[in-house]
Amino acid sequence: MQAFKDSGHLFRLAAVFVVGILLFVVLRSFLVPKSFGQYGHYRGDAMAEMAARPVNFAGHETCETCHAEVLDKKKDGKHAHVNCEACHGPLAKHADDPASVQPPKLDTAVLCVRCHEANAAKPKNFPQVASADHSSGLPCDTCHQPHSPAITNSAAGGAK
Amino acid sequence: MSITRRHMLLLLPAAAVAWKHVLAGTPESSPNYTMSQHWWSMLIDLPKCIGCGNCVRACQAENDVPDGFFRTWVERYHVSDYDIENPQVDSPDGGKKGFPPAKETSGKNFFVPKLCNHCADSPCTQVCPVGATFISPDGVVLIDKKYCLGCRYCVQACPYGCRFINPQSNTAEKCTLCYHRITKGLTTACCESCPTGARQLADLKNPNDPIHEFLKTHSVQVLKPYMATHSKVFYNGLDGSVR
Repeated sequence: MQAFKDSGHLFRLAAVFVVGILLFVVLRSFLVPKSFGQYGHYRGDAMAEMAARPVNFAGHETCETCHAEVLDKKKDGKHAHVNCEACHGPLAKHADDPASVQPPKLDTAVLCVRCHEANAAKPKNFPQVASADHSSGLPCDTCHQPHSPAITNSAAGGAK
Repeated sequence: MSITRRHMLLLLPAAAVAWKHVLAGTPESSPNYTMSQHWWSMLIDLPKCIGCGNCVRACQAENDVPDGFFRTWVERYHVSDYDIENPQVDSPDGGKKGFPPAKETSGKNFFVPKLCNHCADSPCTQVCPVGATFISPDGVVLIDKKYCLGCRYCVQACPYGCRFINPQSNTAEKCTLCYHRITKGLTTACCESCPTGARQLADLKNPNDPIHEFLKTHSVQVLKPYMATHSKVFYNGLDGSVR
């Protein structure tokens, strides 16, 4: 037992370690969010927080619940598969409160060329025009109805 | 002064309680959406892309992306006939305002929309020192803004250049695959606003998703397959010159 005669300092050191580890565990339990490690090495609640953000684009299903007549107009035309908000912009606020939030009036002279201005990089089968030559400055909806753009006899000359 | 065996025995249960507190989590909060039933990806049908920039504008409107930064952007490639190794790429303002007429119309010209590839083995999540970026159980690479230190490791690690530091929050930011939309049953803002259907959100765990048929019947490639990131953004008709 002679070797352990002065072992008191070892126990004191061990006590310091034990207290330190305990302090770490207790502090950690307060500082680390509960959901950390729920699915992996990250905060599980982060996903719910991200999912809770509001949307700006309502989605075409939402538009179609009210605007069935536009859907009818579109369905046989070339723009049948173009979603409403592709041209009209994000309108979730309008969908939430249709009376007070009105979508802005669109300018076809600006809108149509976004897609249909000729560019060598566009697919060859995509309808393209050099807008300056094509309409001599007239807005597109002088001749084309945006919801069903092919020019028919009844549509020609009719705006909107 | 020394801790006796008796003191030690008294302390151990307290430590056990504290540890259990550490390990406890909160249950999943959204009842209509089960993460384990989805594995999100995106299909980009390049022959349909017209470079209109609708996706870029929609993304900025939906996600409050600061000006000059992009969660998605469109590149225009010009590959000349004699130098297919060195394509000329331009992306003025990320393609947000469309593209000016091409300088050279010879050779090959096409658009390539880009976004986070939501890699299944993503390099960016592996380098995060604090667990702020991660792959969610439904296969979306996300950033926990509250945990991000802004150390920029992930920005360097991404082989596709899809991350940036938001100048306002000083945290890393990137495409979330519109996580707030897809968990509500909507498609992403870019897919919603794409006029030609060049972008399609796809759920690889949904057996009825048209992506399965598409992948079977088309030559589909991912960007930088040699990086072995197992990217989940699939490009149809991808030219070999695309970086």
